[in-house]
Amino acid sequence: MGLTKQSTGAGTLKEMFRVETESPSDIVVSLAGNPNTGKSTVFNSLTGLNQHTGNWPGKTVTNAQGKFTHKNNKFILVDLPGTYSLLASSVEEEVARDFICFGNPHATVIVTDATCLERNLNLVLQIMEITNKVVVCVNLMDEAKRKRIKIDLEILSELLGVPVVGTSARCGDGLEELKDLIWKVSTGAINPTPRQIVYDDVIEKAIKKVEAYIKDLIGEQMNSKWLALRLIDGDVKLLDSIKDYLTIDLAGDDKLQELINCARSELEADGISLDDLRDRIVSSIVRTAEDISSKVVSFSDRLHNELDRKIDNILTSKIFGIPIMIALLGVIFWITIEGANIPSSLLAKGLFWIEGQLTVFFRWLGTPAWVHDALVLGVYRTLAWVVSVMLPPMAIFFPLFTFLEDSGYLPRVAFNLDHFFKKACAHGKQALTMCMGFGCNAAGVIACRIIDSPRERLIATITNNFVPCNGRFPTLIALSSIFIASAAGAFSSIAAVLSVLLAIILGIVITLSISKLLSKTILKGLPSSFTLELPPYRKPQVGKILVRSIFDRTLFVLGRAVTVAAPAGLVIWLMANITIGDVSILAHCAQFLDPFARLIGLDGYILIAFILGLPANEIVIPILIMGYMAKGSILELDSLAEMRDLFVANGWTWLTAVCMMLFSLNHWPCATTLLTIKKETQSIKWTFVSFLVPTITGIVVCFIVAQGARLLGLV
Amino acid sequence: MHSNLIPLDKLPVGRFGKVRKLTAEGISRRRMLDLGLIYDTTVEALLKSPVGDPTAYEIRGAVIALRAEEASKVLVESIP
Repeated sequence: MGLTKQSTGAGTLKEMFRVETESPSDIVVSLAGNPNTGKSTVFNSLTGLNQHTGNWPGKTVTNAQGKFTHKNNKFILVDLPGTYSLLASSVEEEVARDFICFGNPHATVIVTDATCLERNLNLVLQIMEITNKVVVCVNLMDEAKRKRIKIDLEILSELLGVPVVGTSARCGDGLEELKDLIWKVSTGAINPTPRQIVYDDVIEKAIKKVEAYIKDLIGEQMNSKWLALRLIDGDVKLLDSIKDYLTIDLAGDDKLQELINCARSELEADGISLDDLRDRIVSSIVRTAEDISSKVVSFSDRLHNELDRKIDNILTSKIFGIPIMIALLGVIFWITIEGANIPSSLLAKGLFWIEGQLTVFFRWLGTPAWVHDALVLGVYRTLAWVVSVMLPPMAIFFPLFTFLEDSGYLPRVAFNLDHFFKKACAHGKQALTMCMGFGCNAAGVIACRIIDSPRERLIATITNNFVPCNGRFPTLIALSSIFIASAAGAFSSIAAVLSVLLAIILGIVITLSISKLLSKTILKGLPSSFTLELPPYRKPQVGKILVRSIFDRTLFVLGRAVTVAAPAGLVIWLMANITIGDVSILAHCAQFLDPFARLIGLDGYILIAFILGLPANEIVIPILIMGYMAKGSILELDSLAEMRDLFVANGWTWLTAVCMMLFSLNHWPCATTLLTIKKETQSIKWTFVSFLVPTITGIVVCFIVAQGARLLGLV
Repeated sequence: MHSNLIPLDKLPVGRFGKVRKLTAEGISRRRMLDLGLIYDTTVEALLKSPVGDPTAYEIRGAVIALRAEEASKVLVESIP
């Protein structure tokens, strides 16, 4: 086994890393860099829409790959996770390091931020220790120019010993030159000789002890000096990776272990413990970066970050910080709600016109009536409903959200709210995953990947459902408009937004309380270390935002929703149309659930609507209406007033509306989200917990509200 | 020992400090080193979040927010 893997070499490794090469002559290029350096802009500009994303094998880290052609060569660009270092051993760093070490890319491009070069050189120097096939891309040159930061790229290239190119990927500047350098380095036309870090004498001595023997073991497959130091430093994960990818078991090599121990005890004798060693290693790298940076970067304006600081002082201020945040959120919801109305009804009209045509078509085919009813009134109508209700708000919300993301505001939200999450023993970045959840909880669950600590990531995953997604807003808005806001007269649309905002704030409070509860019970632990970068504000690029948010998020989420809604439509239609003793199965179920539902302020039909709404929350209200009207397929009432009359005729009070809103906020995640949780956590247990936690919360909250209101005689 | 060493979280906003010692251990220490918080690095306390914690610091040209727990493990010498 081991031998075959070794002998087939790179080809097999590419499969292990899921690199999709079409022919052996394809050139594989990895793209590394710190987060927030515009690395993804470089990736997108080079590959266009010619890309696909998946996961790294066995890891919940996104693996994006794309293709481009240059000088008749095909290039496969592999986007590595953004990291600051390769030493701190997070999953992202492991993935990035393993690919550079073992994926045998023909070249590695390191994207750096021109406005903050010194910090970025840290990663550059570390990668240059592993491979010499490096191209450094100094991106955001336009930003640097605006901030009057000057960078001498020629000297930088000389000092680093590798080719350097300055780019402004957002406007496409320098990309041709970048492609050229990639081509030259990967074909060997340029053979870079990267500057190697010189460590303290004692450390260099210790490395020498181990290096020669390592070279015997692994030959030219890896840089033996680098590997020697990593092993003395105690990098156990690297040993595992070498075993996996090169099938060399270094951990089982007694002589190597002996040499490493010997090197360590000599360091110890010089008064250098393992902790000190790490300090000295990092210090040497940071000092080298500092030295290089001081020779190539010049600031002609010491106050170049003044504007950012001024904006920050307002957006994170004691008085305005949180109100501005809530106001911004309110504006986004208002635009989404108001803006979605017209396209939503146009879409509905169009889709129902198609339904009419489908009916004509089925008649022409001469199929039995039940086939037409099941397929058109069941499957198609449910689909049409989901698309027309879901698409417009998502197509508005996601771009607005991406706009905030691109401008650099979202990290400030995490900064403002972190204190509350710390109190709940959770991670500040959970605030970001929550924001994402407003668009779609499945997207929110995927966003939880940004949280390093597994415990805090699970908390964020389980509680994500407590923020209402786009699919639940229509329910919240409809109920609040007809039972709460109708009293507000001319201000009803503002009253609707306010009550939705209230529901959201309640959702956040519940998120925090449940996070705390989880931290004290099944997910015990202390908050892990928290570092959050507040990147410079940037002018978002409207065009790219639209493309990205519509392709990456909107269509993705919609696609998933449609696949679950279609079969659900069939089931619902069958339940409403198959009768047992003159009463439909739907009605039977509702009667059965009624006593329990009444305890929590709902009724049997509402509960069954939530249960059947599992595939997608948008279909809850339509199912409910269908149940009340004892009619066999989903339909839309023409006005909210008619809806109110129907509900009141079925015994609704304001309390029923409040309880249904509360239950909408707190109940099981939709099927799409559950599937996503299963995929992300790789665990049925945690998927089940994610199902139970909000469900129990909803039952308890509704029970207290319903019984409390009845006891106090409010209804 | 320096008599004027203070934990970073006690550095007032707008003031600069020079890193003298890290008391953090394990992963948290590695993260801090990767941020460039090595001996003699200059750090400026930039702003506090609305509730007073975390605080954002300028470290080697980047703005990084640290919770008080983390920042207290970085001992700095306040620069007048």
